[in-house]
Amino acid sequence: MSAARRCGPPRALAGLFVWHLKNTGIRQVPCQFVHLCRVANNRLITFQYFNFLKRMYVTQYNKDLSQRAKPKSDSVASPFCDLQQLDQEKKVIHKIRPISPVHQPLSKTSNRNELREMKSAAETEDSVTRVRAESKEDRQWKEMKLRLDDLPGILARLSKIKLTALVVSTASAGFAMAPVPFDPTCFLLASLGTGLASCAANSINQFFEVPFDSNMNRTKNRPLVRGQISPLLAVCFAASCGVPGITLLTLGVNPLTGALGAFNIFLYTCCYTPMKRMSIANTWVGAVVGAIPPVMGWTAATGSLDAGALLLGGILYSWQFPHFNALSWGLREDYSRGGYCMMSVTHPGLCRRVALRHCLALIGLSTVAPVLDITTWTFPIISLPINLYISYLGFRFYRDADRSSSRKLFFCSLWHLPMLLLVMFTCKKSFLEKEDKGDPLGESHGRAMEIRLP
Amino acid sequence: MYQVVFSQGKQIYVISELVALVCFKVVGEFWNLFQIGMFFRNSAEAVIMNSACIFKGLGFSPPAHSHNDWIGPPDKHSNLRPVIFYVPPEESPLERRLREARQEAQACDQRFWARHNRTFRQEKEEFIYSRLKAKGVEMRDETGQKATLNVEEMADFYKDFLSKNFRKHMEYNRDWYKRNFTITFLMGQVALARALRWLRWKKKKVGN
Repeated sequence: MSAARRCGPPRALAGLFVWHLKNTGIRQVPCQFVHLCRVANNRLITFQYFNFLKRMYVTQYNKDLSQRAKPKSDSVASPFCDLQQLDQEKKVIHKIRPISPVHQPLSKTSNRNELREMKSAAETEDSVTRVRAESKEDRQWKEMKLRLDDLPGILARLSKIKLTALVVSTASAGFAMAPVPFDPTCFLLASLGTGLASCAANSINQFFEVPFDSNMNRTKNRPLVRGQISPLLAVCFAASCGVPGITLLTLGVNPLTGALGAFNIFLYTCCYTPMKRMSIANTWVGAVVGAIPPVMGWTAATGSLDAGALLLGGILYSWQFPHFNALSWGLREDYSRGGYCMMSVTHPGLCRRVALRHCLALIGLSTVAPVLDITTWTFPIISLPINLYISYLGFRFYRDADRSSSRKLFFCSLWHLPMLLLVMFTCKKSFLEKEDKGDPLGESHGRAMEIRLP
Repeated sequence: MYQVVFSQGKQIYVISELVALVCFKVVGEFWNLFQIGMFFRNSAEAVIMNSACIFKGLGFSPPAHSHNDWIGPPDKHSNLRPVIFYVPPEESPLERRLREARQEAQACDQRFWARHNRTFRQEKEEFIYSRLKAKGVEMRDETGQKATLNVEEMADFYKDFLSKNFRKHMEYNRDWYKRNFTITFLMGQVALARALRWLRWKKKKVGN
């Protein structure tokens, strides 16, 4: 029993094992335990605790609670051990294993002993849970090393790929609505250029906002906040997206689209992002940022800034307000703590008024579309139900000013825009019809034929 | 006597040679010691840096074989993730400047946000308490749950807090943008220097 006396309190369990096994008359196993204690005595306390973590895996073995060391499942390098210690632990495991089958043919003394073991196990459980909690926190520490297979996911999150996809779809809607023959190459180049420009703008936005993003629930899992990518790499990625994107738009499509793209990147990164923390006017600037992509799509197709482009831009501009104001209504605490100047925090009445105003403006703009010869008169009629519905939700938000009405308005805006653009596209006034209308003489047919051929 | 002088001269010559040799050896040894000292200073700094984080309460030290920085879970008070910086043994002055700039930025941000969040929590509690008192409601209801105000009632507090801290945020913004640009620029310089060093090493290797 000298082995048990020599071991300290955390090693009490090992001592108990020795005592128990001695009672059952197994002589050769205690020697191994004595050796284990001696071995453990020479090591650092961390090793001993770690060893204990292994021994505390109590497993059910044939309806009998016995202790069996289970090897650690994850092979990720834990901060506690290095390779040397791992080998030693493996050796120790082999020593413990032969004990568990011994528990089988036990007498009534064994039950008492097991109870005692479990009691002492509960005592040491506290220290072990503390150590386990510490090692759990240690597992949350990550090496700041960029792994190539993680890179695509990280860059997708850095460039806010879903938002970029929405932006590209609005730009392609602008392209599709333009009254010119559809040019697939130009369409693809314009979409790609817009997508790259959007990626660049979003990356720079995240680069500028790291500590603010850490403090808001919505944005605390962004790549720069989590340290998955360095700021230098984020800026390089933005440059490598932005420069080719704008060049593609300028040279591959037309200079006007390229200029609009560059202006949009500047507006988003250098005007909207800093203004978010300075004045509530940032919402209006942000609405312009959202309105420019369909204008870019239109200019990519036609090469000029017509009334149609401005109307499409106007529809997107008006849509931004119910969308963003409803979203920001639920984030007031985070905005207030983070220092963001948003209407929902500083001027709540204005926030709701503006949202309602722009819902109603959408009805008006949909009516103007056939006047400008972009769509037929069926468009305002078919789009009236959805426009009325969003206006109704805007009115409810204005009147009730609570979380449920803001959420309803936000989710409605998410499907309202794609549906509106789809209806607009289906009601698009064919440019052949326009040609016929413009020229009552028969020669227009020939010209129409010319235009139809690629 | 001649011979004695000569032999004595030889002895003196030999002795002076020995002295010179010893001097050279000593100087050489001192130079080696100095270089070793510099190496140990850097490694000691690394060890101190790593152990300092345990003293700072971070409670974690990266494994010895790692040559990268390590980033941890978000801090309770500031919600920022602490970084333990790796100090390479042959750290150039530029790399040292970068590391120190990043450490300073981390400390500044941590100080600001911990204090700011603590102030927010305190003022929020005070506001809730005063409002509940005005309404005549107890802080805790029958089930023992803490009574809270809903978001609409808290809106006044949010507006007030934002306007009170506006100037503080403006100053922090300015500092943050400046620090961010400086650090990113330094990172660019360090990356460039490393790339040039690697190219030179490659050329030497190819040359050999």
